[in-house]
Amino acid sequence: MLDQWINGLVIGNLYMLTAIGITQIYGVAGVVNFAHGSIYMFGAYIGWMAITWWGWPLLPAITLVLAGSALLGLLLERVAVRPFARQGSTILLLTTIAAGLILDNAAQVIWGPQTQALRNPLPHWHFRLGNSTVTLLDLFILACGVGTALLLHLFLYRSRAGWAVRATAQDREAALQMGIDAGRVSRLSFALAGAFAGLSGLLVGLYFSNIYPMMGASATLKGTTAALLGGLGNVPGAILGAYVLGIVEAFSVEWLGASYRNLVAVVLLIAVLLLKPRGLLAPRRALNPEPTAGTFIPHGRPLRFPRWAAPAAAAAAFALPLALANPYPLQVLAIGWAFALMAVSLNLISGTTGQISLGHAGFVTLGAYASAIFTSRLDLPFAASLVISPVIAAAIGVLLCYPALRLRGQYLAIATLGLGEAISLIALNWDAVTLGPLGISNIRPPDFFGYELVSPAAQYLLALAILLAGVWIVHRLGRSHLGRALRAVREDEVAARAFGVGLSRYKSIAFGVSAFLAALAGVLLAHSYSYIAPDTFTFALSIQVLTMMILGGRDNIAGAVLGAVLLIALPESIRFLGEYRFILYGLLLIVMLRFRPYGLLNART
Amino acid sequence: MSLLSVRNVHKHFGGLHALRGVSLDLEEGETVAIIGPNGAGKTTLFNLISCEDSPDEGEIWLDGRRIDGLPPHLAAARGLARTFQNGRVFGNLTVLENVLLGAHTRLRGLTDPGTRPAGAVFSALREIVLGIVQPRRFRELEAELTAEALEILSIFGDRLIPRFHQPAYSLSYANRRRTELARALALRPRVLLLDEPTAGMNPTETDEMTEVILKLQRQGQSMLLIEHKLEMVMAVAHRVVALDAGEVLVSGPPEQVRSDPRLIEAYVGKTADTAPAGAAAAGGTRFGASAALTAEV
Repeated sequence: MLDQWINGLVIGNLYMLTAIGITQIYGVAGVVNFAHGSIYMFGAYIGWMAITWWGWPLLPAITLVLAGSALLGLLLERVAVRPFARQGSTILLLTTIAAGLILDNAAQVIWGPQTQALRNPLPHWHFRLGNSTVTLLDLFILACGVGTALLLHLFLYRSRAGWAVRATAQDREAALQMGIDAGRVSRLSFALAGAFAGLSGLLVGLYFSNIYPMMGASATLKGTTAALLGGLGNVPGAILGAYVLGIVEAFSVEWLGASYRNLVAVVLLIAVLLLKPRGLLAPRRALNPEPTAGTFIPHGRPLRFPRWAAPAAAAAAFALPLALANPYPLQVLAIGWAFALMAVSLNLISGTTGQISLGHAGFVTLGAYASAIFTSRLDLPFAASLVISPVIAAAIGVLLCYPALRLRGQYLAIATLGLGEAISLIALNWDAVTLGPLGISNIRPPDFFGYELVSPAAQYLLALAILLAGVWIVHRLGRSHLGRALRAVREDEVAARAFGVGLSRYKSIAFGVSAFLAALAGVLLAHSYSYIAPDTFTFALSIQVLTMMILGGRDNIAGAVLGAVLLIALPESIRFLGEYRFILYGLLLIVMLRFRPYGLLNART
Repeated sequence: MSLLSVRNVHKHFGGLHALRGVSLDLEEGETVAIIGPNGAGKTTLFNLISCEDSPDEGEIWLDGRRIDGLPPHLAAARGLARTFQNGRVFGNLTVLENVLLGAHTRLRGLTDPGTRPAGAVFSALREIVLGIVQPRRFRELEAELTAEALEILSIFGDRLIPRFHQPAYSLSYANRRRTELARALALRPRVLLLDEPTAGMNPTETDEMTEVILKLQRQGQSMLLIEHKLEMVMAVAHRVVALDAGEVLVSGPPEQVRSDPRLIEAYVGKTADTAPAGAAAAGGTRFGASAALTAEV
């Protein structure tokens, strides 16, 4: 018992250091900072270099970490937040995700993808408390956490700068009019939040004795969960939320096993989003104020092509295998078509209906697993699985998402992220059906009535045919009354609802069709890779697909296809880009949103 | 029984008692105007009637069926259409698409929400399939609705017709308000709720809007209207209900309400000397100082 409480408090302290930063940034910038975990990871690496390479003692190392990660926080504010402040919070969400992607993959390039050992330079003193052991590091982490919380409290409530921060968090416009330099407040908050995140990263590294480039992802997830538990923007709430999360986790690891640690956090995240999206401490909610007129964000209009352009492009794509002797481009393009299908399907949710989904990989995973299980373990023919698997995946997907669909904007985005994670964590833990972390191998190649499609050309044609079917479905839907209703939801949920467009129904329709198509892509990929595991389709894939869609242009089907083909084909054709692929995606996302937010195939109106 | 009947509704927002037992009735074909100073609870009342929000106490009946507490999209299906105080058009949809969206609840056999979960799933699946297949019946319905939408747009003369393919965000403010009204009309509402239809419009535009409302009135449209411009209220309303601090202060025929001393007091305060009241009573077109302020935009 005592062990779990101590454990929970120590871990809670670590989560607190990230959660207060996330909540603070939400307060001043209105965005859940998805690059937070990356700063945390950089902090850990800075400390690791200081301790392991240069042999610094702990305190100077911590000072360097604080300074370095505060600078990184400032850089993030300058590059990924300030230029987009006017574009709304969902765009900011994307730019911080992009920044995180860049930082995580930059770390991989700089320090290598492997896990590094981090020796704890503190003396290994420990003492017994009842049946449990408390180490000096535990006490040090507690001191850091409590000390930081106290300092932050003093800063926020006892200094003029803190006063300005609180005022800006409450009402940015009013604060501006009162002469508060909101830019300075924003920079200050990002620097502070960055410093705390870096410190937290170093302490976590010391606590678990190792660090790795992708360690930030779970920190962002945990910090966001804690911040949501306390209510986004609420600093004392985030502190409470972090301890709640730490203690709940410590107990569930004891009772269920270590592999459930992340699943518990994800379940808690989803539960709080569904039950108390404004946090445990929130008062009852009132109606949203009416927006004032003229706050539209123009979307851009699709570029016009002649009528024959689409059929001609499709015919050329079908004829390509005749013209190519080398099978390699066909293999790449077959994957490209599957990704194009994902981008087209995501476009229905994000481009047409205006909901940000960060869990698209979850739908792909559902489809891939369903088909792998049906064909490998139940011996169903591929042709049957091609239809049944996406239907089942869509049904499960909609069922999972349905309760979250009444959330808006970033809240829905985070819920979809949580659901996507939950799907891969279930695949990881449900050994009996999914074979757990081993994954399912030897998945048969696609076959129709005994004819196996093994050649690259055959698989290419199959992927292309399925993509075109998907494109046709989304195109027809977009031109029907449904397209109008979905776009109305995107433009103004209140007005849409007032005219009979039930939000749950139409968001479910968008998610259902989208999940069906994404799962179809998952089936294709499972049978073309012949092996899938819980980490085959990850959050990174969701972001990759989102980048493809934004590159091509929101609410633009041809754009989604073009974006996917470019992003799959370019890193393959330019060899040296391979290693930097995700950095490229991140940069592209930021550059596009900055300079051509309406995408390649949409024109400014 | 009245077409629309609001019975003794109360609404609290935290400590604020926004509506304290408001009742009102709207008969078939009638136009009722709700007036009152800022903060009187007019828009709150509208939000309750359109089911955007539900009352803490009291009942709202439409066509003999109780509607309070319904989700707004079902209220729309029962025949309630509204405009919003600041205008809420769908900015990236064209004018025509905006109006067609107004007819969403009239796509019978397509968009009917099922009742039980199984029915809802089935009807959503059918809607997807019909959306993809687009059978002939469906295309004809769209064509009919499009023709009707253009007809509705034509009541604003050449204000919207030449622009029907433009995205709504490119319109002027007054044209957005017109688009909003056209969208509401496309629902073929039993009751049309107009929240300050002429707010922010200049005198010419206001006169045009007044003409449109009179025309709708002649066609038998039942309307509930929030308005600050007294000239317009006088011109269109059969009855006026004056709200103040969440209660019905006065109600009755426009002429009678206009000269009621309690109303003048609500607008200009108790200690007011006779000057503004006199101006109003002397047949002026405005109630008094504050009404005049909101009217002269």
